[in-house]
Amino acid sequence: MLAQAFGPNSISHHLTSTDWEGAISAAVSLLELDQRVSSNYLSRVLEANQKHGPYFVVAPGIAIAHASPGEDVLETGMALLRLENPVVSGSANDPVSLLFAFCAVDSTSHIALLSQFAEVMSNAGNVNSLLIESNLTIVRNLLTT
Amino acid sequence: MKIYAVCGAGIGTSVLLKSNADRVLASLGIEADVQAVSVSDAMSAESLAQIVLITPELQEQITGIRSEVIPIDNIFNLEELTLKLSAALS
Repeated sequence: MLAQAFGPNSISHHLTSTDWEGAISAAVSLLELDQRVSSNYLSRVLEANQKHGPYFVVAPGIAIAHASPGEDVLETGMALLRLENPVVSGSANDPVSLLFAFCAVDSTSHIALLSQFAEVMSNAGNVNSLLIESNLTIVRNLLTT
Repeated sequence: MKIYAVCGAGIGTSVLLKSNADRVLASLGIEADVQAVSVSDAMSAESLAQIVLITPELQEQITGIRSEVIPIDNIFNLEELTLKLSAALS
């Protein structure tokens, strides 16, 4: 299930330094590259970030940028941007080095997918590997197999 | 017993939180109905949850409800969830 959620372009590095909103934009653009969202989705994600603060940051070094389902979501999907220069968001879990982006077409069909994702990410060994592994093929395998 | 897992949109973080809370409650042998909801849903729901699980950034937006509000710093840390849930339910 996770294997389908991550499109072909969805796992990437961000090599240059950027700020928190720049990092969110870069991560969400991966979803757009795989035609999971249209361009309007990014503005809703940034709006959610401004409204609620950096609550996307859910664990030390790990964030999941997302907005609610909407017409700008074409297909449920996930993406991962590895920030080679970790970014400060204002959260107690800073700095962020693994920035996921997520979009869902409705409020129910992705529950099994996120449950599987939670299981992968609740394994400390997996998280440590994701934090240090820079080979994107290995990163993809860790997340999807 | 009802537990809310809360995030801004009610579809991402809250679902991850619900998923891990379900895992922890099952291992503790506690039966509970964990629902993933948005902040506004948690505030406007007619029937109160006994416990609200929430990420710290959103905690101040949950005010004036009688539920016990528990901030979760690391939603992928099952030990943190286990400690906080078992303390709240004991």
